[in-house]
Amino acid sequence: MRVLVLALAIALQLAPGGSAAAEYTIVVSAMKFGPVPAGLRAGDTVVWRNDDMFRHTATARDGSFDVDLPPGTSASVVAGEPGSIEFFCKFHPGMTGTLMVGP
Amino acid sequence: MIKSTLVAMLAVLALGGAALAHDVPTDAQIAHIAYTAGQLDIAEAEQALQKSKNPDVIAFAELMARDHKAVNDEALALLGKLGVTPEDNPTSQKLAADAAAKLKELSALDGPAFDVAYVANEVTFHQAVNLALGTVLIPAAQNADLKALLVTGLTLFTEHQQHAEHLATQVK
Repeated sequence: MRVLVLALAIALQLAPGGSAAAEYTIVVSAMKFGPVPAGLRAGDTVVWRNDDMFRHTATARDGSFDVDLPPGTSASVVAGEPGSIEFFCKFHPGMTGTLMVGP
Repeated sequence: MIKSTLVAMLAVLALGGAALAHDVPTDAQIAHIAYTAGQLDIAEAEQALQKSKNPDVIAFAELMARDHKAVNDEALALLGKLGVTPEDNPTSQKLAADAAAKLKELSALDGPAFDVAYVANEVTFHQAVNLALGTVLIPAAQNADLKALLVTGLTLFTEHQQHAEHLATQVK
């Protein structure tokens, strides 16, 4: 599944006339996820950067991604199929957000 | 005004202290109370990690130890930067005495009986700390960085309280 998403991302980047995939960063700080990117599209990369003092995760409720974020680290996820993906922190479930992935 | 004073007094009393109920605590005292509360919860967590066999209780205790250590490390760094020395006070002393008694009480328990008692105490402890933070310590904090750290702490400890409350319904 991850390979497929990656392949799709590469294909979109190389497709004639297709726009290059973009990269967006979501900063985690003070027990909150920062703003999610407004123009996120399938194939774009989301970088989760944990600036907080606590270990967090960015975990999709639909199981499409689950990244561990020790303090001071970053991890990337390539946006898959269009749609909305709710996410949360497994350690602090009150921390939530929603990614809106456009085509 | 009377109501807010009463809430503040109850909050401090909930933490086991009386001496600060009539006075506004200083930043040095607030820092000491918050740091002490964190250290005591770490001690409770370490006891749980030694005694419990319940995976959910162990995961909770690991989270408590990790998160409270992170807050206290940040607090120490901040106090060092500000040149503030935490000041011992009757509330901190009562907190420590109560926690020592609870550690001793829980040390006599094993298995599910320990798990139930540990989690129940975590609920009570976080309720008291969160009430005190929200009604006394955060409003009284003068330094903006200390206040911000306490606000983040309250967000974190509210998560812990909800986690403990949920766990309390699972552990039998």
